[in-house]
Amino acid sequence: MRDFLIHNSQDNVGVVVRDVKSGEELAGETIDKNNSLRLTAQEDIPLAHKIALRDFKVGDTVIKYGEDIGRVVAAIRAGEHVHVQNLKTKRW
Amino acid sequence: MEVPRIKGYRRENGRVGIRNHVVILPVDDISNAAAERVGRTIEGTLALPHAYGRLQFGEDLDLFFRTMTGTGANPNVAAAIVIGIEPGWTDRIVQGIAKTGKPVAGFSIERSGDLKTIAEASRKAFEFVQWASELEREECTLNELYVSVKCGESDTTTGLASCPTVGNAIDRLIELKGTASFGETSELTGGEHVVKAKAATPEVGEQFMKVYNEYNEFILQNKVDDLSESQPTKGNIRGGLTTIEEKAFGNIEKLGKKTRFVGCLKPAEAPSGNGLWFMDTSSAAAEALTLWSASGAVMHLFPTGQGNICGNPIMPVIKLSGNPLTCATMSEHIDLDVSGILTGEMDFDQAGERLLNLMVRTANGRLTANEALGHREFVMTKLYRSA
Repeated sequence: MRDFLIHNSQDNVGVVVRDVKSGEELAGETIDKNNSLRLTAQEDIPLAHKIALRDFKVGDTVIKYGEDIGRVVAAIRAGEHVHVQNLKTKRW
Repeated sequence: MEVPRIKGYRRENGRVGIRNHVVILPVDDISNAAAERVGRTIEGTLALPHAYGRLQFGEDLDLFFRTMTGTGANPNVAAAIVIGIEPGWTDRIVQGIAKTGKPVAGFSIERSGDLKTIAEASRKAFEFVQWASELEREECTLNELYVSVKCGESDTTTGLASCPTVGNAIDRLIELKGTASFGETSELTGGEHVVKAKAATPEVGEQFMKVYNEYNEFILQNKVDDLSESQPTKGNIRGGLTTIEEKAFGNIEKLGKKTRFVGCLKPAEAPSGNGLWFMDTSSAAAEALTLWSASGAVMHLFPTGQGNICGNPIMPVIKLSGNPLTCATMSEHIDLDVSGILTGEMDFDQAGERLLNLMVRTANGRLTANEALGHREFVMTKLYRSA
Protein backbone atom coordinates (compact mmCIF):
# COMPACT_ATOMS: atom_id res chain seq x y z
CA MET A 1 0.00 0.00 0.00
CA ARG A 2 1.38 3.39 -0.95
CA ASP A 3 0.60 6.62 0.89
CA PHE A 4 1.82 9.09 -1.68
CA LEU A 5 2.54 9.18 -5.42
CA ILE A 6 5.22 10.99 -7.40
CA HIS A 7 4.62 11.86 -11.08
CA ASN A 8 8.24 12.00 -12.16
CA SER A 9 11.55 10.96 -10.59
CA GLN A 10 12.76 14.61 -10.84
CA ASP A 11 9.83 15.89 -8.73
CA ASN A 12 10.47 17.42 -5.30
CA VAL A 13 6.83 17.05 -4.16
CA GLY A 14 4.46 14.08 -3.99
CA VAL A 15 0.66 13.73 -3.65
CA VAL A 16 -0.82 11.89 -0.67
CA VAL A 17 -3.51 9.41 -1.72
CA ARG A 18 -5.24 9.40 1.68
CA ASP A 19 -5.59 11.79 4.62
CA VAL A 20 -2.33 11.54 6.55
CA LYS A 21 -1.55 12.58 10.14
CA SER A 22 1.49 14.38 11.44
CA GLY A 23 4.19 11.93 12.53
CA GLU A 24 3.02 9.09 10.29
CA GLU A 25 5.67 7.08 8.44
CA LEU A 26 4.71 7.16 4.76
CA ALA A 27 5.66 5.06 1.74
CA GLY A 28 5.62 6.65 -1.70
CA GLU A 29 6.50 5.66 -5.23
CA THR A 30 6.62 7.10 -8.73
CA ILE A 31 3.66 6.31 -11.01
CA ASP A 32 5.88 4.05 -13.12
CA LYS A 33 6.75 2.22 -9.84
CA ASN A 34 10.49 2.48 -10.64
CA ASN A 35 11.38 4.62 -7.63
CA SER A 36 10.20 4.47 -4.04
CA LEU A 37 10.73 6.69 -1.02
CA ARG A 38 9.92 6.73 2.70
CA LEU A 39 9.07 9.96 4.50
CA THR A 40 7.65 11.14 7.83
CA ALA A 41 4.66 13.50 7.62
CA GLN A 42 5.42 16.69 9.59
CA GLU A 43 1.81 17.96 9.40
CA ASP A 44 -1.67 16.62 8.81
CA ILE A 45 -2.14 16.58 5.01
CA PRO A 46 -5.54 15.98 3.39
CA LEU A 47 -6.14 13.48 0.58
CA ALA A 48 -4.77 14.67 -2.79
CA HIS A 49 -2.67 17.49 -1.33
CA LYS A 50 1.08 17.80 -1.86
CA ILE A 51 3.86 16.74 0.50
CA ALA A 52 7.41 18.14 0.33
CA LEU A 53 9.98 15.47 -0.51
CA ARG A 54 12.87 17.69 0.60
CA ASP A 55 13.55 20.97 2.41
CA PHE A 56 12.88 24.20 0.45
CA LYS A 57 13.99 27.77 1.08
CA VAL A 58 12.24 30.92 -0.16
CA GLY A 59 12.78 31.39 -3.90
CA ASP A 60 13.22 27.67 -4.67
CA THR A 61 11.28 26.11 -7.55
CA VAL A 62 8.78 23.33 -6.95
CA ILE A 63 8.97 20.57 -9.56
CA LYS A 64 6.00 18.27 -10.35
CA TYR A 65 5.46 16.31 -13.59
CA GLY A 66 9.20 17.02 -14.02
CA GLU A 67 8.21 20.66 -14.65
CA ASP A 68 8.26 24.03 -12.87
CA ILE A 69 4.94 24.60 -11.04
CA GLY A 70 5.87 27.73 -9.07
CA ARG A 71 8.10 29.44 -6.52
CA VAL A 72 8.44 28.86 -2.79
CA VAL A 73 7.34 31.91 -0.75
CA ALA A 74 7.83 30.46 2.77
CA ALA A 75 10.40 27.87 3.87
CA ILE A 76 9.21 24.23 3.77
CA ARG A 77 10.66 21.16 5.49
CA ALA A 78 10.52 17.67 4.02
CA GLY A 79 7.22 16.05 5.05
CA GLU A 80 5.31 19.33 5.29
CA HIS A 81 2.20 20.35 3.40
CA VAL A 82 2.95 22.28 0.18
CA HIS A 83 0.10 24.58 -0.80
CA VAL A 84 -1.01 28.22 -1.11
CA GLN A 85 0.67 29.16 2.21
CA ASN A 86 4.14 28.46 0.81
CA LEU A 87 3.88 28.12 -3.00
CA LYS A 88 2.86 30.74 -5.62
CA THR A 89 2.58 30.89 -9.39
CA LYS A 90 5.43 32.43 -11.38
CA ARG A 91 3.07 33.39 -14.19
CA TRP A 92 0.24 35.67 -13.11
CA MET B 1 -7.33 -2.77 -32.93
CA GLU B 2 -10.74 -3.20 -34.53
CA VAL B 3 -12.92 -0.10 -34.66
CA PRO B 4 -15.74 -0.50 -32.12
CA ARG B 5 -19.19 -0.51 -33.70
CA ILE B 6 -21.96 1.72 -32.44
CA LYS B 7 -25.59 2.41 -33.30
CA GLY B 8 -25.98 6.02 -34.33
CA TYR B 9 -28.14 8.38 -36.36
CA ARG B 10 -26.61 9.08 -39.75
CA ARG B 11 -27.77 12.58 -40.70
CA GLU B 12 -28.58 14.01 -44.12
CA ASN B 13 -25.01 15.29 -44.55
CA GLY B 14 -23.46 11.94 -43.58
CA ARG B 15 -22.38 12.99 -40.07
CA VAL B 16 -23.14 10.63 -37.20
CA GLY B 17 -25.09 11.67 -34.11
CA ILE B 18 -25.86 9.63 -31.00
CA ARG B 19 -28.87 11.60 -29.72
CA ASN B 20 -32.00 12.65 -31.55
CA HIS B 21 -32.99 16.09 -30.24
CA VAL B 22 -35.57 18.46 -31.68
CA VAL B 23 -34.30 21.82 -30.44
CA ILE B 24 -36.13 25.13 -30.04
CA LEU B 25 -33.50 27.86 -30.47
CA PRO B 26 -34.30 31.42 -29.40
CA VAL B 27 -32.25 33.87 -31.48
CA ASP B 28 -32.16 36.41 -28.66
CA ASP B 29 -32.84 36.83 -24.95
CA ILE B 30 -36.30 38.34 -25.49
CA SER B 31 -37.44 35.31 -27.51
CA ASN B 32 -36.65 32.90 -24.66
CA ALA B 33 -40.22 33.08 -23.32
CA ALA B 34 -41.79 31.94 -26.61
CA ALA B 35 -39.12 29.27 -27.17
CA GLU B 36 -39.54 27.86 -23.67
CA ARG B 37 -43.34 27.89 -24.08
CA VAL B 38 -43.04 25.82 -27.27
CA GLY B 39 -40.66 23.49 -25.45
CA ARG B 40 -43.23 22.94 -22.71
CA THR B 41 -46.12 22.53 -25.17
CA ILE B 42 -44.57 19.83 -27.34
CA GLU B 43 -43.16 16.77 -25.55
CA GLY B 44 -39.74 15.62 -26.74
CA THR B 45 -38.48 19.06 -27.72
CA LEU B 46 -35.67 20.90 -26.02
CA ALA B 47 -35.70 24.70 -25.67
CA LEU B 48 -32.27 26.34 -25.28
CA PRO B 49 -32.75 29.74 -23.63
CA HIS B 50 -29.67 31.97 -23.37
CA ALA B 51 -28.77 35.53 -22.38
CA TYR B 52 -27.60 37.14 -25.62
CA GLY B 53 -28.26 37.83 -29.32
CA ARG B 54 -29.04 41.56 -29.31
CA LEU B 55 -26.80 44.36 -30.60
CA GLN B 56 -23.70 42.18 -30.77
CA PHE B 57 -21.20 43.17 -33.45
CA GLY B 58 -17.89 42.26 -35.09
CA GLU B 59 -16.06 39.12 -34.00
CA ASP B 60 -18.45 38.68 -31.07
CA LEU B 61 -21.40 38.60 -33.48
CA ASP B 62 -19.61 36.10 -35.75
CA LEU B 63 -19.06 33.85 -32.73
CA PHE B 64 -22.72 34.24 -31.75
CA PHE B 65 -23.93 33.09 -35.19
CA ARG B 66 -21.37 30.26 -35.29
CA THR B 67 -22.60 29.08 -31.89
CA MET B 68 -26.32 29.24 -32.73
CA THR B 69 -26.00 27.76 -36.21
CA GLY B 70 -23.55 25.10 -35.07
CA THR B 71 -25.82 24.06 -32.21
CA GLY B 72 -28.72 23.51 -34.61
CA ALA B 73 -26.43 21.80 -37.12
CA ASN B 74 -24.96 19.36 -34.55
CA PRO B 75 -25.51 15.72 -35.65
CA ASN B 76 -27.19 14.99 -32.30
CA VAL B 77 -30.00 17.31 -33.45
CA ALA B 78 -32.63 15.80 -35.76
CA ALA B 79 -34.52 19.02 -36.46
CA ALA B 80 -34.60 22.62 -35.25
CA ILE B 81 -37.09 25.44 -34.68
CA VAL B 82 -35.61 28.95 -34.56
CA ILE B 83 -37.55 31.81 -32.91
CA GLY B 84 -36.32 35.42 -32.98
CA ILE B 85 -37.74 38.86 -32.45
CA GLU B 86 -37.29 39.85 -36.13
CA PRO B 87 -36.94 37.80 -39.33
CA GLY B 88 -33.44 38.86 -40.51
CA TRP B 89 -31.13 37.26 -37.98
CA THR B 90 -33.68 34.46 -37.47
CA ASP B 91 -33.41 33.52 -41.13
CA ARG B 92 -29.62 33.78 -41.07
CA ILE B 93 -29.53 31.02 -38.43
CA VAL B 94 -32.21 28.98 -40.23
CA GLN B 95 -30.23 29.10 -43.51
CA GLY B 96 -27.04 28.09 -41.70
CA ILE B 97 -28.69 25.04 -40.15
CA ALA B 98 -30.47 24.17 -43.43
CA LYS B 99 -27.08 23.57 -45.11
CA THR B 100 -26.95 20.26 -43.24
CA GLY B 101 -30.13 19.13 -45.02
CA LYS B 102 -32.04 18.61 -41.76
CA PRO B 103 -35.55 20.00 -41.21
CA VAL B 104 -35.47 23.53 -39.79
CA ALA B 105 -38.09 26.28 -39.56
CA GLY B 106 -37.88 29.90 -38.40
CA PHE B 107 -40.48 32.13 -36.72
CA SER B 108 -40.30 35.80 -35.78
CA ILE B 109 -42.36 37.60 -33.19
CA GLU B 110 -42.67 41.19 -34.48
CA ARG B 111 -45.97 41.73 -36.37
CA SER B 112 -47.31 38.45 -34.88
CA GLY B 113 -46.85 38.61 -31.11
CA ASP B 114 -45.89 35.79 -28.75
CA LEU B 115 -49.23 33.93 -28.86
CA LYS B 116 -49.48 33.46 -32.61
CA THR B 117 -45.75 32.68 -32.85
CA ILE B 118 -46.00 30.06 -30.09
CA ALA B 119 -49.01 28.44 -31.81
CA GLU B 120 -47.35 28.27 -35.22
CA ALA B 121 -43.95 27.17 -33.91
CA SER B 122 -45.60 24.52 -31.71
CA ARG B 123 -47.46 23.07 -34.68
CA LYS B 124 -44.17 22.80 -36.61
CA ALA B 125 -42.38 21.35 -33.58
CA PHE B 126 -45.17 18.77 -33.27
CA GLU B 127 -44.55 17.72 -36.88
CA PHE B 128 -40.74 17.56 -36.38
CA VAL B 129 -41.00 15.52 -33.17
CA GLN B 130 -43.25 12.90 -34.71
CA TRP B 131 -40.94 12.67 -37.72
CA ALA B 132 -37.79 12.44 -35.59
CA SER B 133 -39.30 9.80 -33.32
CA GLU B 134 -39.44 7.38 -36.24
CA LEU B 135 -35.77 7.79 -37.22
CA GLU B 136 -33.84 4.60 -36.52
CA ARG B 137 -30.32 4.07 -35.30
CA GLU B 138 -28.06 2.34 -37.77
CA GLU B 139 -24.68 0.64 -37.63
CA CYS B 140 -21.81 3.14 -37.49
CA THR B 141 -18.31 3.08 -35.99
CA LEU B 142 -16.85 4.86 -32.98
CA ASN B 143 -14.30 6.74 -35.12
CA GLU B 144 -17.16 8.51 -36.92
CA LEU B 145 -17.94 10.43 -33.73
CA TYR B 146 -16.39 13.80 -32.99
CA VAL B 147 -15.48 13.87 -29.30
CA SER B 148 -14.38 16.81 -27.14
CA VAL B 149 -12.35 16.67 -23.90
CA LYS B 150 -12.15 19.08 -20.99
CA CYS B 151 -11.74 18.67 -17.24
CA GLY B 152 -13.39 20.65 -14.45
CA GLU B 153 -13.08 21.25 -10.71
CA SER B 154 -9.74 19.52 -11.05
CA ASP B 155 -7.58 18.49 -8.15
CA THR B 156 -4.31 16.61 -8.02
CA THR B 157 -6.13 13.32 -8.74
CA THR B 158 -7.18 14.50 -12.21
CA GLY B 159 -3.53 14.75 -13.25
CA LEU B 160 -2.78 11.38 -11.61
CA ALA B 161 -5.78 9.37 -12.81
CA SER B 162 -8.76 10.75 -14.75
CA CYS B 163 -6.90 13.01 -17.24
CA PRO B 164 -4.35 10.34 -18.22
CA THR B 165 -7.29 7.92 -18.62
CA VAL B 166 -8.80 10.32 -21.15
CA GLY B 167 -5.33 10.65 -22.75
CA ASN B 168 -5.20 6.87 -23.09
CA ALA B 169 -8.63 6.87 -24.79
CA ILE B 170 -7.59 9.78 -27.07
CA ASP B 171 -4.48 7.86 -28.19
CA ARG B 172 -6.72 4.90 -29.10
CA LEU B 173 -9.40 7.00 -30.78
CA ILE B 174 -6.93 8.99 -32.91
CA GLU B 175 -5.08 5.81 -33.89
CA LEU B 176 -8.47 4.60 -35.19
CA LYS B 177 -8.73 7.81 -37.28
CA GLY B 178 -11.28 9.41 -34.98
CA THR B 179 -11.80 13.13 -34.40
CA ALA B 180 -11.35 14.94 -31.10
CA SER B 181 -10.76 18.42 -29.70
CA PHE B 182 -9.18 19.92 -26.58
CA GLY B 183 -9.00 23.58 -25.56
CA GLU B 184 -9.00 25.62 -22.30
CA THR B 185 -6.43 28.07 -23.65
CA SER B 186 -5.66 29.91 -20.40
CA GLU B 187 -5.47 26.66 -18.47
CA LEU B 188 -2.42 25.55 -20.45
CA THR B 189 -0.39 28.34 -18.80
CA GLY B 190 2.93 27.05 -17.57
CA GLY B 191 2.70 24.05 -19.89
CA GLU B 192 2.24 25.85 -23.20
CA HIS B 193 5.70 24.71 -24.34
CA VAL B 194 4.64 21.09 -23.77
CA VAL B 195 1.45 21.63 -25.82
CA LYS B 196 3.42 23.35 -28.59
CA ALA B 197 5.72 20.32 -28.75
CA LYS B 198 2.64 18.12 -29.29
CA ALA B 199 1.69 19.92 -32.52
CA ALA B 200 1.86 17.76 -35.66
CA THR B 201 3.89 20.40 -37.54
CA PRO B 202 5.93 23.47 -36.54
CA GLU B 203 3.30 25.67 -38.27
CA VAL B 204 0.51 24.27 -36.10
CA GLY B 205 2.73 24.79 -33.05
CA GLU B 206 3.24 28.44 -33.98
CA GLN B 207 -0.51 28.91 -34.60
CA PHE B 208 -1.20 27.49 -31.16
CA MET B 209 1.34 29.83 -29.52
CA LYS B 210 -0.21 32.85 -31.25
CA VAL B 211 -3.67 31.98 -29.89
CA TYR B 212 -2.23 31.16 -26.48
CA ASN B 213 -0.25 34.41 -26.28
CA GLU B 214 -3.28 36.51 -27.27
CA TYR B 215 -5.38 34.94 -24.51
CA ASN B 216 -2.59 35.36 -21.97
CA GLU B 217 -2.16 39.00 -23.00
CA PHE B 218 -5.88 39.55 -22.38
CA ILE B 219 -5.52 38.07 -18.89
CA LEU B 220 -2.44 40.19 -18.12
CA GLN B 221 -4.31 43.33 -19.21
CA ASN B 222 -7.36 42.64 -17.04
CA LYS B 223 -5.97 40.91 -13.95
CA VAL B 224 -5.88 42.64 -10.58
CA ASP B 225 -4.07 39.86 -8.69
CA ASP B 226 -2.51 36.44 -9.41
CA LEU B 227 -6.00 35.04 -10.25
CA SER B 228 -5.79 32.61 -7.33
CA GLU B 229 -9.37 31.38 -6.54
CA SER B 230 -10.43 32.15 -10.15
CA GLN B 231 -7.78 30.12 -11.98
CA PRO B 232 -7.06 27.83 -10.15
CA THR B 233 -10.61 27.96 -8.72
CA LYS B 234 -11.43 27.87 -5.03
CA GLY B 235 -12.51 24.25 -5.63
CA ASN B 236 -9.19 23.36 -7.28
CA ILE B 237 -7.36 24.80 -4.25
CA ARG B 238 -9.56 22.88 -1.83
CA GLY B 239 -8.56 19.77 -3.81
CA GLY B 240 -4.85 20.46 -3.40
CA LEU B 241 -3.95 22.29 -6.62
CA THR B 242 -1.90 25.39 -5.85
CA THR B 243 -0.82 27.15 -9.07
CA ILE B 244 -2.01 27.53 -12.67
CA GLU B 245 1.16 25.75 -13.82
CA GLU B 246 0.35 22.70 -11.70
CA LYS B 247 -3.24 22.70 -12.98
CA ALA B 248 -2.03 22.97 -16.59
CA PHE B 249 0.24 19.93 -16.39
CA GLY B 250 -2.66 17.82 -15.10
CA ASN B 251 -4.90 19.17 -17.85
CA ILE B 252 -2.35 18.36 -20.57
CA GLU B 253 -2.42 14.67 -19.57
CA LYS B 254 -5.71 14.47 -21.53
CA LEU B 255 -3.85 14.94 -24.82
CA GLY B 256 -2.42 11.43 -24.68
CA LYS B 257 1.16 10.24 -24.95
CA LYS B 258 1.46 9.55 -28.69
CA THR B 259 -1.11 11.85 -30.28
CA ARG B 260 -0.07 15.04 -32.10
CA PHE B 261 -2.69 17.73 -32.75
CA VAL B 262 -3.29 18.66 -36.37
CA GLY B 263 -4.74 22.18 -36.26
CA CYS B 264 -6.16 25.10 -34.32
CA LEU B 265 -9.85 26.03 -34.32
CA LYS B 266 -11.56 29.30 -33.50
CA PRO B 267 -14.22 29.02 -30.76
CA ALA B 268 -17.15 26.91 -32.07
CA GLU B 269 -15.39 26.23 -35.40
CA ALA B 270 -15.88 22.73 -36.84
CA PRO B 271 -12.79 20.59 -37.52
CA SER B 272 -12.18 20.09 -41.26
CA GLY B 273 -10.89 16.53 -40.92
CA ASN B 274 -10.06 13.78 -38.45
CA GLY B 275 -7.35 13.88 -35.79
CA LEU B 276 -6.95 15.87 -32.58
CA TRP B 277 -7.66 19.62 -32.79
CA PHE B 278 -6.95 22.50 -30.42
CA MET B 279 -9.87 24.92 -29.95
CA ASP B 280 -9.48 28.36 -28.39
CA THR B 281 -11.94 28.22 -25.45
CA SER B 282 -12.31 29.61 -21.98
CA SER B 283 -11.78 27.07 -19.22
CA ALA B 284 -15.24 27.61 -17.69
CA ALA B 285 -17.02 24.28 -18.21
CA ALA B 286 -20.46 25.31 -19.48
CA GLU B 287 -19.03 27.93 -21.86
CA ALA B 288 -16.42 25.55 -23.28
CA LEU B 289 -18.84 22.63 -23.69
CA THR B 290 -21.33 24.91 -25.48
CA LEU B 291 -18.55 25.91 -27.92
CA TRP B 292 -17.66 22.29 -28.60
CA SER B 293 -21.23 21.14 -29.17
CA ALA B 294 -21.62 24.14 -31.51
CA SER B 295 -18.54 22.92 -33.41
CA GLY B 296 -20.29 19.58 -33.95
CA ALA B 297 -18.95 17.43 -31.10
CA VAL B 298 -21.44 14.68 -30.22
CA MET B 299 -19.84 13.36 -27.01
CA HIS B 300 -17.69 14.88 -24.30
CA LEU B 301 -15.16 13.25 -21.94
CA PHE B 302 -14.96 15.17 -18.67
CA PRO B 303 -12.45 14.28 -15.95
CA THR B 304 -13.22 15.85 -12.57
CA GLY B 305 -11.51 15.82 -9.20
CA GLN B 306 -13.73 17.69 -6.75
CA GLY B 307 -16.93 17.02 -8.75
CA ASN B 308 -17.91 19.53 -11.43
CA ILE B 309 -21.55 18.70 -12.17
CA CYS B 310 -21.70 20.47 -15.56
CA GLY B 311 -23.60 18.96 -18.48
CA ASN B 312 -24.66 20.04 -21.95
CA PRO B 313 -28.05 19.94 -23.70
CA ILE B 314 -26.77 18.61 -27.03
CA MET B 315 -24.07 16.05 -26.22
CA PRO B 316 -23.80 13.48 -23.43
CA VAL B 317 -20.95 14.25 -21.03
CA ILE B 318 -19.06 11.24 -19.65
CA LYS B 319 -17.76 12.23 -16.23
CA LEU B 320 -14.84 10.35 -14.71
CA SER B 321 -13.02 10.83 -11.44
CA GLY B 322 -9.99 9.41 -9.68
CA ASN B 323 -10.83 11.02 -6.34
CA PRO B 324 -12.23 8.31 -4.03
CA LEU B 325 -13.97 10.92 -1.82
CA THR B 326 -15.78 12.45 -4.82
CA CYS B 327 -16.72 9.03 -6.20
CA ALA B 328 -18.18 8.10 -2.79
CA THR B 329 -19.99 11.34 -1.95
CA MET B 330 -21.17 12.34 -5.47
CA SER B 331 -21.63 8.97 -7.13
CA GLU B 332 -24.70 10.12 -9.10
CA HIS B 333 -22.49 12.58 -10.99
CA ILE B 334 -19.69 10.16 -11.89
CA ASP B 335 -19.98 7.77 -14.85
CA LEU B 336 -16.59 6.12 -14.40
CA ASP B 337 -14.65 5.68 -11.16
CA VAL B 338 -10.90 5.43 -11.85
CA SER B 339 -9.75 5.90 -8.24
CA GLY B 340 -8.19 2.44 -8.47
CA ILE B 341 -5.30 4.13 -10.28
CA LEU B 342 -4.39 5.95 -7.05
CA THR B 343 -4.35 2.75 -5.02
CA GLY B 344 -2.51 0.81 -7.72
CA GLU B 345 -5.44 -1.54 -8.38
CA MET B 346 -5.98 -0.22 -11.93
CA ASP B 347 -3.50 0.83 -14.62
CA PHE B 348 -3.99 3.42 -17.40
CA ASP B 349 -4.61 0.80 -20.09
CA GLN B 350 -7.35 -0.82 -18.02
CA ALA B 351 -8.91 2.56 -17.27
CA GLY B 352 -8.70 3.61 -20.94
CA GLU B 353 -10.33 0.36 -21.98
CA ARG B 354 -13.20 0.95 -19.54
CA LEU B 355 -13.65 4.47 -20.82
CA LEU B 356 -13.75 3.31 -24.44
CA ASN B 357 -16.34 0.70 -23.49
CA LEU B 358 -18.43 3.37 -21.75
CA MET B 359 -18.14 5.60 -24.84
CA VAL B 360 -19.63 2.78 -26.94
CA ARG B 361 -22.48 2.23 -24.46
CA THR B 362 -23.15 5.97 -24.27
CA ALA B 363 -23.13 6.24 -28.07
CA ASN B 364 -25.65 3.40 -28.20
CA GLY B 365 -28.06 5.34 -26.01
CA ARG B 366 -27.11 4.82 -22.37
CA LEU B 367 -27.88 8.03 -20.49
CA THR B 368 -24.90 9.65 -18.80
CA ALA B 369 -25.11 11.02 -15.26
CA ASN B 370 -25.58 14.59 -16.54
CA GLU B 371 -28.41 13.49 -18.85
CA ALA B 372 -30.22 11.51 -16.16
CA LEU B 373 -29.91 14.45 -13.73
CA GLY B 374 -31.02 17.03 -16.31
CA HIS B 375 -27.77 19.02 -16.43
CA ARG B 376 -28.15 20.89 -19.72
CA GLU B 377 -26.10 24.05 -19.22
CA PHE B 378 -26.13 26.12 -22.42
CA VAL B 379 -23.85 29.13 -21.99
CA MET B 380 -22.77 31.41 -24.79
CA THR B 381 -19.21 32.76 -24.87
CA LYS B 382 -19.38 36.54 -25.20
CA LEU B 383 -16.19 38.31 -26.25
CA TYR B 384 -17.11 41.89 -25.23
CA ARG B 385 -19.99 44.29 -24.51
CA SER B 386 -22.80 44.79 -27.02
CA ALA B 387 -23.08 48.02 -28.98
